Amino acid sequence: MDTPKTGEFAHIGKSVVIKGELSGSEDLYVDGTVEGTIQLAGNNLVIGPNGHVHADVNAKGVVIQGKLEGNIRASDRAELRKSAVILGDIITQRIAIEDGAYFKGKVEIQREAAKPTSPPANRPEPAVEARSAAAGGTPVTKQ
Amino acid sequence: MASVTHSFMKLFRGSSTVPGQGARSVSMTQRLTRRSSGLGAVSRTLQSEEPICVLDIGSTSAANIRYLTERGHKIYSEDLLEASTDPSLITKDEQGQMILDSRRFLADNLVYPPAQFDIVLCWNLADYMHESLVKPVVARLWSTIKPGGMMLAFFHTHEAGPDAPCYRYHIVDNDILEMQHVQARRDLRKGPTGALHTSIEKSFRLQRVFNNRHVENLFRDFGSIKFFLTRDNIREVLVVR
Repeated sequence: MDTPKTGEFAHIGKSVVIKGELSGSEDLYVDGTVEGTIQLAGNNLVIGPNGHVHADVNAKGVVIQGKLEGNIRASDRAELRKSAVILGDIITQRIAIEDGAYFKGKVEIQREAAKPTSPPANRPEPAVEARSAAAGGTPVTKQ
Repeated sequence: MASVTHSFMKLFRGSSTVPGQGARSVSMTQRLTRRSSGLGAVSRTLQSEEPICVLDIGSTSAANIRYLTERGHKIYSEDLLEASTDPSLITKDEQGQMILDSRRFLADNLVYPPAQFDIVLCWNLADYMHESLVKPVVARLWSTIKPGGMMLAFFHTHEAGPDAPCYRYHIVDNDILEMQHVQARRDLRKGPTGALHTSIEKSFRLQRVFNNRHVENLFRDFGSIKFFLTRDNIREVLVVR
């Protein structure tokens, strides 16, 4: 999940300050300040290098280049870039942390919730699969 | 602000005024590999299939997070050395000496329920942390470790010299560590005070050298203490609560 091009993500510019609950059903790029909560279940959040988020975050994927104070619940993966400063707990399936990132908190890797299948008894257990992390980062993967 | 800067500098008593100019200076990105008997002892617990709780109080290491989470353990990461460089911690004791406010430090750091952790990775924190914080931090660590839980700490010997670089330790295998020179960086962390800190100090300095008796005193509340001798002027110490 690289830095988004214009149009791919909803964009909060670096001069914008938002206080309150922020929710949506599209990917979001935050380069400004957000205080409150961010709910993007099923979508991705990117906190840009100028971003300063003081909020609990719930999203599919979370990429942090700026500063985040709050807990992250990423149903897919979390990426902490080298300029990232994170103060809070992270619960996710996969995590990638670049050297230089600062992190204070707990990391908990959660296995993917069993998807409803029909019929479930006939399906084999999903194989454990390692996925590569972002280029240049130190991958921390588990599924 | 200049006087604050000067006072803060006095807290660090290393002999070298320019980081990286000592004979032992190493590249900031270079990683050195070393075998660690202490980590080997800890690894036996880390192989447990039961999820355990680990606290890493060294510099943030993606390798450590990967190593531990791949084994199903919970890892808590908290860079105490970096946190101790917050200029707002500076105060004076009864004799007017500059110290760091340990009560304030512990109000913001190491805030965990009692007996939370099975293992604490302390690395070389005590060698580089300001003296006024070392004992209060060890006391707090003792309370956060479960009875029977372990803490791994490293200490330089006199032979390491006053310019011994501060390392970030990355676990790469059961008893193998990579060491990477740590550089202080508060610029993004504490807003206005970050610029002050970054301008005066970019590398951590060895504060003191503990001998065996000092180490035993430091960990006297723990149930047992075990020393591992190494060839690279670092003593590894494993204490059990």
